[in-house]
Amino acid sequence: MNARFAAGDRVRVREWYPPGHVRTPYYVRGKRGQIERICGTFNNPEHLAYNRPDDPRVLYRVRFTQTEVWGRAEHPSDTIDIEIYEHWLEPET
Amino acid sequence: MHDLGGLPGSTIDRTEHQNDFWEQRVDALMRALGTLDPPLVRTDELRRAIEGIGAEAYDSMSYYERWISAITEVLLERGVISVNELSAKIAEIEEREAD
Repeated sequence: MNARFAAGDRVRVREWYPPGHVRTPYYVRGKRGQIERICGTFNNPEHLAYNRPDDPRVLYRVRFTQTEVWGRAEHPSDTIDIEIYEHWLEPET
Repeated sequence: MHDLGGLPGSTIDRTEHQNDFWEQRVDALMRALGTLDPPLVRTDELRRAIEGIGAEAYDSMSYYERWISAITEVLLERGVISVNELSAKIAEIEEREAD
């Protein structure tokens, strides 16, 4: 499957609150990060949750600074990696 | 109840403990249902059903109580078992245990 983003790309997580089963944590929605790697293509868990194994998506590991996620951080250089599917990501503007 | 990042937390019990036999059976049941081709309960369905447990019930349940509750929910949704079959079986077991 063609990946929209490459390692190193700056992205923003969609600030999106759709109905149903969602696998992107609240605390990271709307936050800006960087693609750390492409993890591969997997069936979308948000569909699998309703027994629909029919929606392959590219999964990325995205790196955020703790400061970006929480506003302030005890160790500002610390980062957090979260695995996020492509439909949750948009290019950073 | 599943998406707790950033909320005030409580302490985590890190003591090792043995699982009860019924808990091992719940784990085995989920493994059996999940590895059928196609699965009767997918891991993601289990997660979704666990998320669907109300906050109060979620807090009052142990880990495998949540699992068996969610497995039951998915099997009912999918029509693998019916509410009538489930209640008849529960009644049968209660009667057996009472003897």
